[in-house]
Amino acid sequence: MTEAIDVQNLKVVVFQLADKEYVIPVTHVQGIEKLTHITRVPKTPSYVKGVINLRGVVTPIIDLRKRLGLLESELNESSRIIIITLEDMNVGVIVDSANDVLDIPTDSIEPQPEVVGGLEEDYIAGVAKLGSRLLILLHMHLVLNPIKSGV
Amino acid sequence: MDTSQYLEMFIEESKEHLQACNEHLLELEKNPEDIAIVNEVFRSAHTLKGMSATMGYEDIANLTHKMENVLDEIRNNRLHVTADLLDVVFTAVDQLEEMVLDIAAGGNGKLDVADTVQKLHAIEIGEEAPVAATTVEEVVSLDSSKGQNWLNYDDYELTVIQQSLEQDYHTYEISVKLREDCLLKAARVYMVFELLEKMGDVIKSSPSVEKLEAEDFDEVFYIALVTTEPKDDVQKKLMKVSEVTEVVVQSVTLEQLKTRQQDELSKVEKTEQVVVQALEETSQTAELKPEKKEKSSTTKGNTSSSSKTIRVNIERLDVLMNLFEELVIDRGRLQSISEDLRNAELDETVERMSRITGDLQNIILNMRMVPVETVFNRFPRMVRQLARDLNKKISLEVIGAETELDRTVIDEIGDPLVHLIRNSLDHGIESPEVRKSKGKPEEGTVVLRAYHSGNHVFIEIEDDGAGINREKVLKKAISRGIVSEEIAITLTDKQVAELILSSGFSTADVISDVSGRGVGLDVVKTTIESLGGTMDITSTEGKGSLFSIQLPLTLSIISVMLVELGEEIYAIPLSSIIETAIIRSSDILNAHNQKVIDFRGKVVPLVFLEDVFEVPREDTKDEFHSVVIVRKGDKLAGLVVDSFIGQQEIVLKSLGAYLTSVFAISGATILGNGKVALIVDCNALII
Repeated sequence: MTEAIDVQNLKVVVFQLADKEYVIPVTHVQGIEKLTHITRVPKTPSYVKGVINLRGVVTPIIDLRKRLGLLESELNESSRIIIITLEDMNVGVIVDSANDVLDIPTDSIEPQPEVVGGLEEDYIAGVAKLGSRLLILLHMHLVLNPIKSGV
Repeated sequence: MDTSQYLEMFIEESKEHLQACNEHLLELEKNPEDIAIVNEVFRSAHTLKGMSATMGYEDIANLTHKMENVLDEIRNNRLHVTADLLDVVFTAVDQLEEMVLDIAAGGNGKLDVADTVQKLHAIEIGEEAPVAATTVEEVVSLDSSKGQNWLNYDDYELTVIQQSLEQDYHTYEISVKLREDCLLKAARVYMVFELLEKMGDVIKSSPSVEKLEAEDFDEVFYIALVTTEPKDDVQKKLMKVSEVTEVVVQSVTLEQLKTRQQDELSKVEKTEQVVVQALEETSQTAELKPEKKEKSSTTKGNTSSSSKTIRVNIERLDVLMNLFEELVIDRGRLQSISEDLRNAELDETVERMSRITGDLQNIILNMRMVPVETVFNRFPRMVRQLARDLNKKISLEVIGAETELDRTVIDEIGDPLVHLIRNSLDHGIESPEVRKSKGKPEEGTVVLRAYHSGNHVFIEIEDDGAGINREKVLKKAISRGIVSEEIAITLTDKQVAELILSSGFSTADVISDVSGRGVGLDVVKTTIESLGGTMDITSTEGKGSLFSIQLPLTLSIISVMLVELGEEIYAIPLSSIIETAIIRSSDILNAHNQKVIDFRGKVVPLVFLEDVFEVPREDTKDEFHSVVIVRKGDKLAGLVVDSFIGQQEIVLKSLGAYLTSVFAISGATILGNGKVALIVDCNALII
């Protein structure tokens, strides 16, 4: 039964970044956290905010706005950290807010249109239209490419 | 039968048995006569055969079966241990290992072992015949020479016999057998002697008269008698003594005595020859024997004293360790809370808890400690094989294999050590001819040594080979552009030696299979440094080299000094700290745009951590600076920080897979207040 639903629907977490709605498949999301103290890690790209203590695990945090080439986020009460798991890597991304989990029919996902508001288009895996909402599906593997340039 | 649930156990145990086989075979090579070792190997092979047959791995069962047959032949003295034989058995063990690994990797454990099986079979039947024949022959000849050689005479006795024979006396050797249930043996002996003394003179008895009187013999004793009576009379008279069941009298002639003496000598020689034959290439003979006995007795001691153990999956220990790390973090938090509250009762409880967790930490860390043996034990095989490949004679001496190291370190240390040993064998030890011409023993020695010292474990690889050739190394380094000629002249021998650790360096004239593909020692150095260790080379040309590796005992909990930089807290591992100091701005000197201080007569460069780490804050000019003096090898540096917080035990955590190789940061830890602090990698800061 569940399989039949999975084939048709993709369960996603919806979050906001600069007035746009983005989605990540729930399978990649380990949890959503409130902001806590972030320890800055020197000599890393500017979008790396630092690391946090996530229940005993040191987890790197990146500012998704900066990563996508948007203006740096102003952290406030609604800001959230979405902990994303890719293979054996855990990374937290800071988003403006995250408050929804949706089922999107897979057939409503289209490849990215030619122009999407000046974003670095490589990061976009597709766009889903759900009623009047436009949901941008991110290519998390590209967004969270491990950083090796230390020196 | 569904055997899948036993698979894991099968693989584990198979590996252990194969390892045991390997170890014992190597030992056997040194002591080819020691049947106890053969028995050990046999037992392992037998268990392996049984297990693999049960699990349905026919190739393994088949091969072990053949191996077992050969071992059985050795065990029953029908085969002698030779280097060639061991080669085949080693190949078999290798193939078994391959199959087991294949099974572990999810394969079906199939391998073409026909060739090895064939070879083993050939050994079993082919070599069995001639060897067995010679032994039989030997036994026969020994028997004939032994004859009824009941008594050995000393020179005096021989003269007596000789003289009596010259005077037409007869000399008889008499064997007297008493009844098994004879109650008064001494009395019978007395009666026999009384009779004999009436007939002539007893010149010798075996056992001695004292022993005979003390009844210290079985049923038979021997006497040499000089008499004029004929042989048969002597026998008949003796048979009259009650409870004597058998009397054999044989006359002794001079020739017999002479030949017997010669036989005696030649027999000794013959047995020696047999031993030498059996040992063949392995030259160690008599000298090794006492050692051998010692060894076998110690191994026995080990096996019998093996206390109760249980097999625990390493992952479970890792989970335990992780949970304990959490506890350590909370302990830190509790400590800081109790310091703030200043409640006597709370202080006491926290203090107690700290002590208990301290003990617990020791136990858990110890549980994860593994003797370096697990890494070392594959080296004797490797050295043996490599020495044969390279046509060199090399003996490997392993010292301190019982030294324990954290499993995390053990896992990483294997490959670097393989590299270093290969390097020593290939580049260090010369060929036997060269060694001979240099007046060294043909056989080179490589010593692999491990020992504890303080919070560190040292692993050393020492060889008595050629050492490092300064000219050759410099020439190569210059041609590879690693150093310039001007600098090259100023380098000390030690610095030159360390050049071989630079990447892209290989001094072997011939690029060999063994080492010297240019990716050698720099990788070793990097790996060891990534483990928080250091590496040191001492070399004397013509005498040999010593590679010394210093490793931390554990990688998971370390002692650090916490320091403050602006609002941020960093941790500096205590292992690299020499001392801390507070200096005035006026103490800072400038040398070529590099700020230095004069520290106890040494010029120490300063590293301003706030600049390196780009700490965001306003410029505050202080007259005093807190400096942490750290070292890397014998180089020093002063890390300038805002203030010292104190020393603490922390749990080392990685920054995760996303942030790999951040400059000058080796990891992170979680402080008592729940915040993350970064650990400074001093090695990266000292150039």
